Amino acid sequence: MLAFAIKRLGVALLVALTVSLITFSMIHISGDPAVAIAGDTARPETIEAVRKFYGFDRPIVVQYLDWLASALRGDFGRSFTLRQPVADVIFARLPVTMALGALAIAFALLLAIPLGVLAAVRPNSLVDRFALTVAVVGQAMPTFWFALTLVLWLGVYWRLLPITGSEGWKNFVMPAIALGYYVTPAIMRLTRAGVLEVLSSDYIRTARAKGLRPMTVLFKHALRNAIIPVVSLSAVQFGFMLGGSIVIETIFQINGLGYLAWESIQRKDLPTMQAIVLSLSVIYVLLTLLADLLNAFLDPRLRVA
Amino acid sequence: MAELSAARTGIPSAEEILAPSPRSLLRRRIFHHWGLILGGAILAAIVLMALLAPFVSPFDPYDQQLGRKLIPPIWHASVKATWIHPLGTDHLGRDYLTRLLYGAQISLLIGVSAMIISGVIGTTIGVLAGYFGGRVDMIVTFIITTRLSMPVVLVALAVVSIIGSSLTVVIWVLGLLIWDRFAVVMRSATQQVRVREFIIAAQAVGCSIPRILFTEIAPNVANHLIVVATLEMAHAILLEAALSFLGLGVQPPTPSWGLMISEAKGLMFFDPWLISIPGVALFLLVLSINMLGDGLRDVTAPENRS
Repeated sequence: MLAFAIKRLGVALLVALTVSLITFSMIHISGDPAVAIAGDTARPETIEAVRKFYGFDRPIVVQYLDWLASALRGDFGRSFTLRQPVADVIFARLPVTMALGALAIAFALLLAIPLGVLAAVRPNSLVDRFALTVAVVGQAMPTFWFALTLVLWLGVYWRLLPITGSEGWKNFVMPAIALGYYVTPAIMRLTRAGVLEVLSSDYIRTARAKGLRPMTVLFKHALRNAIIPVVSLSAVQFGFMLGGSIVIETIFQINGLGYLAWESIQRKDLPTMQAIVLSLSVIYVLLTLLADLLNAFLDPRLRVA
Repeated sequence: MAELSAARTGIPSAEEILAPSPRSLLRRRIFHHWGLILGGAILAAIVLMALLAPFVSPFDPYDQQLGRKLIPPIWHASVKATWIHPLGTDHLGRDYLTRLLYGAQISLLIGVSAMIISGVIGTTIGVLAGYFGGRVDMIVTFIITTRLSMPVVLVALAVVSIIGSSLTVVIWVLGLLIWDRFAVVMRSATQQVRVREFIIAAQAVGCSIPRILFTEIAPNVANHLIVVATLEMAHAILLEAALSFLGLGVQPPTPSWGLMISEAKGLMFFDPWLISIPGVALFLLVLSINMLGDGLRDVTAPENRS
């Protein structure tokens, strides 16, 4: 277990380092980042001033190492538009996005696991067909359009929930549904497949043969094993959601990391953009690392990889 | 005895003649899969309408008639509703049906192009990793892991905003970002095929590696490739819509469905059909592609059905 953990940790570190390199290069892909910030029509003096301000006149390797060393100390530079350290802004906004992501994954699990279990217990039944329909529809629905439709019905026609802002818990209901609905199909399919597989295994047959009640067999014996892959998938999906919440946060004007990302993209605030991409990637790397270690802890067969 | 004589004379037995060929079995499976048929039909209809847009519609998608703006669609009980504009007009008086038809062209173009780019990248590295294994596999797995850890929407938005957005940029950015599923699926499919006897036989008689990859491996992983291709095409279409919705995808006045929803956002409380029409169109297109993909998976690999 220790050897596996060390090896997995090493890979995670290497991935994080590569991501930092890509994130850094991202602002150099257009050629001259100074022109990208100042605009094509800017005067040469302005472009030169921007270049000096951001330190783009230094050798590229120096720029990267300097940026990485500062980032490791938790210093992502100063935001050009917000006039405060990027790290402060990110730490202020991260909890909002985390809360939204947690609510969204909770919504997804509450919908997906019961549906998946019911579908697996009665394959090809009406419930199974309904679950399949939910999955197919969920995967085809554009998130932003679903969000706008929610706003229209729950917010405007029925006046049940507030439309924008992030003041109270009510503000998070619609965004969480819109964000969580998109990952429901994947979790549901995995739950269904897992329960189906476990239910056909020998130890379930034994449990049934010795006369246990069907409910005990399902909840005490089958679900425990079937749920393990769902736990790790949920961790991965949570990571995806943090990145995908940009669309939802923009629509509902929730003051989280996604909205910050959108604002900084609009204003070409490069240090903030870089810092958000890097921190979300690192969070994702940590989540998958945690999921892998948890899985290896729960299931010793996985430790060989 | 009958079997022996038939084998000797080369005349097929009655069972052999009556038994359905693999091809006719496949055909039968296709026509019994209603999801595949329905998905294929909807997709075919959308493709046909996109291609025939200039002939179907008498209007120009860019032509603004400010005197005829915000006409509701015909199912609205409004005196303004007219059969001249069956789906109404937008805030600039452009015929909504015409913009919808031309928007289908954009969605399909982006979906197919991004799918081809990502397919070429993902398939290449996936097949190489699966076939060679060892160090090659390690490197490819690392590249896939790195790619998966970066948030797609965010990176796409950032890159597009830095380079400047256009149709070509959106296609390339999406194509270069969404190859991960191709690589993952092709890698494991190749790993399964690689250990089969006919590959070992080909290696034993001294076939070159390209020949093994193209004539032995490729046909046996093609069905997986087609399924992933449909999924990624749908994925690219949804991503383009989201990018355009946020104002960093296809630029106005190009009729993209995501952009149409974005432009109508401010008017949706008074004229909700402005967002529901392109939304339903997007939903139907993605749904039909997904149904086609799911159907193809069931039909080409019936043993994998759950």
